[in-house]
Amino acid sequence: MADSTAPVGKQYPPLTYVVGREKIREYARAVGETDPLYLDLAAARAAGHADLVAPPMFVVVYASEPLGRAMFDPEVGIDFPRLVHGGQEFRWERPLIAGEEVTTVVTLDEVRQLESANLTYYVFGHRSTVAGELVSTGVWTNIVRGAA
Amino acid sequence: MSETPTPPVRFEAGSELPELTITPDRYATVRYAGASGDFNPIHIDEDFAKQVGLPGRILHGLWTMAQVARAQTEAARAAGLEGPSALLRLKVEFRGMGVPEQEVLVSSTVDAVEDGVATVKATAKQGSTRIVRNGVAELRVG
Repeated sequence: MADSTAPVGKQYPPLTYVVGREKIREYARAVGETDPLYLDLAAARAAGHADLVAPPMFVVVYASEPLGRAMFDPEVGIDFPRLVHGGQEFRWERPLIAGEEVTTVVTLDEVRQLESANLTYYVFGHRSTVAGELVSTGVWTNIVRGAA
Repeated sequence: MSETPTPPVRFEAGSELPELTITPDRYATVRYAGASGDFNPIHIDEDFAKQVGLPGRILHGLWTMAQVARAQTEAARAAGLEGPSALLRLKVEFRGMGVPEQEVLVSSTVDAVEDGVATVKATAKQGSTRIVRNGVAELRVG
């Protein structure tokens, strides 16, 4: 049985991340991106952007620290060696541009047990804004197998 | 160079988008760990991965999801759109386990186009192992 005292609804303190030009390039290369918008400043500017554009999945970079703090919250009590990433959803309002400061808030939205399969689902949500304007949201579904 | 009158990719219900293939090399998970900040040892430490019952180091699910996303943004780009601006939503389920040094194939089919938004169904496979299933993307195409 999983710990039924996990604090569903808990909201974690906002964290702000500054999107860096070289971090965009590093991330883009690590996932095999070749679109010059992510890599070539002149190309990004020619397309009307102030600086390099972040790939949509760069959301993982700026959301990882706030998400990690929520997942490692002892009150949630995730058993990490048994953890698998079950599913993921992101929605984007617009791409981020190097130099922008993005603020992310994570909440624990749901803890659900599938007793027949001895699985516990921990669903976290994130919401990211730039100067108060929504830029992305995400639903992070983590599954703990065979919770003791 | 002359303008291509007809974009090579069209977002129409039933059409298949270009397949994306990529073979993550031996150190792909290490680079992705550094780039993403996810240093879970199951992705970068062969001994640790085996200790917890895995066949060896496995790919980050979010790296694989990034390939599904890239298939969408590259298709949008090939259709004459700005790739990263076109992708509005992506949802995936991770199944099976991706491993380094084996080709990943992303397949995408346009399910519907309504009010300028295309809904695309996508999967990612390594050989016969489906590592992303029930992928759904939404792109602004008009």
